[in-house]
Amino acid sequence: MSKKNIIVVGGGLSGLMATIKICEAGGEVKLFSYCPVKRSHSLCAQGGINACMNTKGQNDTTWEHFDDTVYGGDFLADQTAVKGMCETAPKLIKMFDRMGVPFTRTAEGVLDLRNFGGQKNKRTVFAGSTTGQQLLYALDEQVRKWEVKGLVKKYEFWEFTNIIKNDKGVCRGIVAQNMNSMEIEAFRADAVILATGGPGVIFGRCTASTICNGSAVSAVYQQGAEIGNSEFIQIHPTAIPGSDKNRLMSEACRGEGGRVWTYRDGKPWYFLETMYPAYGNLVPRDIAARAIYDVCVNQGLGINGENRVYLDLSHIPAEYLERKLGGILEMYSEFVGDDPRKVPMQIYPSVHYSMGGIWVDTKHNTNIPALLASGECDYQYHGANRLGANSLLSAAYSGTISGPEAIRWSESDEIGEELTDAQVAAAKQAAVDEFEKIIDMNGTENAHELHHELGDLMNKSCTIVRVNKELDECMKGLHEILERWNNIGVSDKSHWANQEAMFVRQLRNMIIYAMVICKAARMRDESRGAHFKPEFPDRNDEKFLKTTIATYNPTSNEPEISYRDFDHSLIKPRPRRYDVAKGGK
Amino acid sequence: MADQKTVHFIIERQDTPDSKPYTEEFLVPYRPALNVVAALMEIQKKPVTKDGKKTTPVVWECNCLEKVCGACMMVINGKARQACATLVDQISQPIRLAPARTFPVIRDLQIDRSVMFESLKRIQGWVEVDGSWEVNTAPIQDPNVAATAYEISHCMTCGCCLEACPNVGPQSDFIGPAPTVQSYLFNLNPLGKFDKEKRLNALMEKGGITSCGNSQNCVEVCPKDIKLTTYLAQLNRDVNKQALKNIFNK
Repeated sequence: MSKKNIIVVGGGLSGLMATIKICEAGGEVKLFSYCPVKRSHSLCAQGGINACMNTKGQNDTTWEHFDDTVYGGDFLADQTAVKGMCETAPKLIKMFDRMGVPFTRTAEGVLDLRNFGGQKNKRTVFAGSTTGQQLLYALDEQVRKWEVKGLVKKYEFWEFTNIIKNDKGVCRGIVAQNMNSMEIEAFRADAVILATGGPGVIFGRCTASTICNGSAVSAVYQQGAEIGNSEFIQIHPTAIPGSDKNRLMSEACRGEGGRVWTYRDGKPWYFLETMYPAYGNLVPRDIAARAIYDVCVNQGLGINGENRVYLDLSHIPAEYLERKLGGILEMYSEFVGDDPRKVPMQIYPSVHYSMGGIWVDTKHNTNIPALLASGECDYQYHGANRLGANSLLSAAYSGTISGPEAIRWSESDEIGEELTDAQVAAAKQAAVDEFEKIIDMNGTENAHELHHELGDLMNKSCTIVRVNKELDECMKGLHEILERWNNIGVSDKSHWANQEAMFVRQLRNMIIYAMVICKAARMRDESRGAHFKPEFPDRNDEKFLKTTIATYNPTSNEPEISYRDFDHSLIKPRPRRYDVAKGGK
Repeated sequence: MADQKTVHFIIERQDTPDSKPYTEEFLVPYRPALNVVAALMEIQKKPVTKDGKKTTPVVWECNCLEKVCGACMMVINGKARQACATLVDQISQPIRLAPARTFPVIRDLQIDRSVMFESLKRIQGWVEVDGSWEVNTAPIQDPNVAATAYEISHCMTCGCCLEACPNVGPQSDFIGPAPTVQSYLFNLNPLGKFDKEKRLNALMEKGGITSCGNSQNCVEVCPKDIKLTTYLAQLNRDVNKQALKNIFNK
């Protein structure tokens, strides 16, 4: 019997979790990443990971976690999938604990829990304010062990360019490029898992790392993979606006008692507490972001007339803050210059996370056989809005599903023949030709300037408030940017560590993905979760209690949009409100 | 605008690992809170030198831009630090950027730090769990010990401490402060300590803790304020104890 040979693209929490599961099942992994996997974007997650540990005397249940997640997602998430995730969460925490994650502990040495948005019970396990970093490191360490044992071969500083299918249309390999030597190679596999993270960089400034460009997702979409619910982009209410990126100020600030306010009639106005008395500052992110937008843009009450409001921790004892939120308070001091222990922080909403992504079934199969997707790059678990601290959970959990499922593919007859030498050679040559064409581009546009314009356009039309007329304009603008892409000039003609040429390739994929976000938002004439249209202010379950499916049309470069039923059999949709306590189950 | 305030950069560049370094100078428009990565991004948008010569964008490594990933470490005005967290207002001009030459240069400011990740293999930088499946609940931990573990676990393998250490380089095999101190982290863990002897023995070998010259440079440059010298001293004691134990157990 031949070895089970799986390719994992992306070494964040989900890719590493899948890798571990594959190795434990005796498979071999080729692990591709833009960077040493220890530097993946999962480490930017700060506040914690949700799991019903029920150690705070609140009779918390996994069902309550399940219900909060579905309700928080405005009933657009696949309920069987979410239920599985919530039930597994406590086991995952125990696994991370055994692996040595330095979780914050109570005085008696057990894992502490904190509050998070959209949940009434303390359910968020955390390691200070760097939970993502600590979870990622634990899996990075375990994968290093498997690397020493010879079951993992890392391809760090390699960029995935596309998948290769066999005659039956089964994904049996990938093409990737070494980011230093620029050599392009094709690799065979029994199955491929994409765990490439979110598309935040399409919006230019956001809370994401520079590597979160959605390029890999866009590439497989252009090869036939369906994208689900792409219009649902999470805007995090509390970020530090910056010229290079918006830096996240964790929801844990509010979880630990932080209050959001601005001046009205010369006095502090704690508007979230006024508008949403039942949840106050702990309303979910879409609600908080819209409220801040409303206060600043519609009411003109931002600090000094600018788009800023206060996030205030200064009433909380400094020692407590240090223990619970240490890392991020230093970050604020470092990048802004003020000490949040003494003066209120100034924050504004920012693009943060994509609920949508590659459509997958509950086993994380895409519509392309033997191509799986897990982590933020898939569309599962979060519906129309993600609850804070559910992303680390979905990333890790999805890896525990996609890994074993990839093994199942490798043992199945369905995958058919491995790629022929001719198929491998052709796929490689196509990528080489494409790259050489990019290096030869001699137009007048600068790729980074063009990217800046793409970000401005997407931020203007596809974020907190969506208006159909503006979305139509946006789509027109995206076509113009795609046209101008052809007129890019590449100043770096080198075949060694040519970041500019690689960026040009990524940029085209970003523009194509932007069209998917824009068109899906244009077509969904309702308001649900993070997708808010003043023209259609209500949720419309009759028409839109459905997953948006986008497929690529190579003629128009735009997506074809259709709608697909999904599993909402366990919890009947009910109105979603946070001004009063969450109603019945 | 002729009178626009600019920031002057002098950047040490190198086209390939074997080619000769050279410098290029750039003027980047000033804005409040400008950091070094944001300035390099401006150069990407307009790769033109101070003298108006067209050039290629500067190559460097970055990801998170919030001092958590460790990617953008470089030598700025002579000191190893994270470019994203270096605000131009806080340092003197002209600002000199150079690659951290303790490591092989790939291109311009981009370096090859794979040696650090290799060292993490050598010190067995993981807890030996049976598997990711459900076993027992992990033991409870003294919250004070857990707090120390949390501090050390912030190490982002950026390499500042190796760049600053006089004993890391071609003259020595020293694996450097960061990977060495990671062994202390795993020895603190209630399960990780089962392999404490293995880790201490690894540190007795060539390039281990005896190569530390106690220069104290590492703790000065650690961007995460990890008390590296404290833990190196503790490890040194642990290694000595282990060495004695090895002699008596022979």
